[in-house]
Amino acid sequence: MYILVVGCGKAGSHLANSISKQGEDVVVIDNREEAFNNLSTEFTGFTLLGDATEFELLKEAKIDNADVVIATTTDDNVNSMIAQIAKDIFEVPKVLARTFAPRREKIYNQLGIDTICPTTLSVTEFEKAILD
Amino acid sequence: MKVIIIGGGKVVYFLAKTFLSKGYEVTIINRDQDYCERLAKKLRATIIHGDGSDPYFLEDAEALKADAVAALTPNDPDNLFICQLAEQKFKVPKTFALVNNPTNEWIFQKLGVTKVISTTSIISSLIEQQVTVDDVTNLFPIDEGKVTVTQVVLTEESPVLGRSLSEVSLPYDSVLGSVIRGDEVIIPRGDTRLLKGDKVIVIALPENQAEVFKVLLGHEKEGVR
Repeated sequence: MYILVVGCGKAGSHLANSISKQGEDVVVIDNREEAFNNLSTEFTGFTLLGDATEFELLKEAKIDNADVVIATTTDDNVNSMIAQIAKDIFEVPKVLARTFAPRREKIYNQLGIDTICPTTLSVTEFEKAILD
Repeated sequence: MKVIIIGGGKVVYFLAKTFLSKGYEVTIINRDQDYCERLAKKLRATIIHGDGSDPYFLEDAEALKADAVAALTPNDPDNLFICQLAEQKFKVPKTFALVNNPTNEWIFQKLGVTKVISTTSIISSLIEQQVTVDDVTNLFPIDEGKVTVTQVVLTEESPVLGRSLSEVSLPYDSVLGSVIRGDEVIIPRGDTRLLKGDKVIVIALPENQAEVFKVLLGHEKEGVR
């Protein structure tokens, strides 16, 4: 599988390391060079430096061949835009966007984007811990 | 008319001022406290300090009652989402997104945000019009590109030099809107003669553009972006 991860922060790099270890083809995009330092030495994928909202860069990353695109930058709206480009323009089969703001999540879902909201996931876990 | 503007800088200030002078009801949403306070002192508009891409603040701005929302932030992804949010959740009839990256013009349109303002394209078009090196310059698109307006400079190879407009057979859905000859602007009629160096403004359907260039310049040429 070819997986494109956008955003090499804590989550993105962790994900990229993990998937690469499992033998999948991974490309990570970030617009900060230092972010790639988060990748482990065992990472066997590729990195691409640049702004992932730029169409040309996504083409360079061969997004049209991607099986999965994960948008995990620090900006919800950037993730939303990348996810929409991946899904609606490049027809990538599986697209996920990280969204921090629960209020925006609903709208992203209405736009057809599958989201992961760390905020609500954390709250669920906290609640479980409190009420158990 | 109730307009909500999300963005900042001088442009938003003067835009709001312009709209207010026309009697529109203006609300501005901006993330910077200082900017909001300054604007509140200078404009008779509602100023909201917040993130315009957060549904909460659009609700505060009474987006449900708005006639138009203009997303004019420097960040294209924010502008995209603001317009989508305004349309989907608040059913605002007209939304406008500023794009800084011209490529996003067609990307936004593909993603359903049709009214896109690309400052880069507008400014480059204006400059190109004045400094025309190419014989063909695309001017402003009209109604999302349904009609093209192009400036064609008649070079010495042009097959229509010396001919009158009635003698030139332009393709069916195209019109020669005006001829700029030096400082003079001519609204052409059948007997207007075309001369070398004339800047001809052609209004045409996109599919007829190539044919128009062929007639006026003698060769096929794609519109220059």
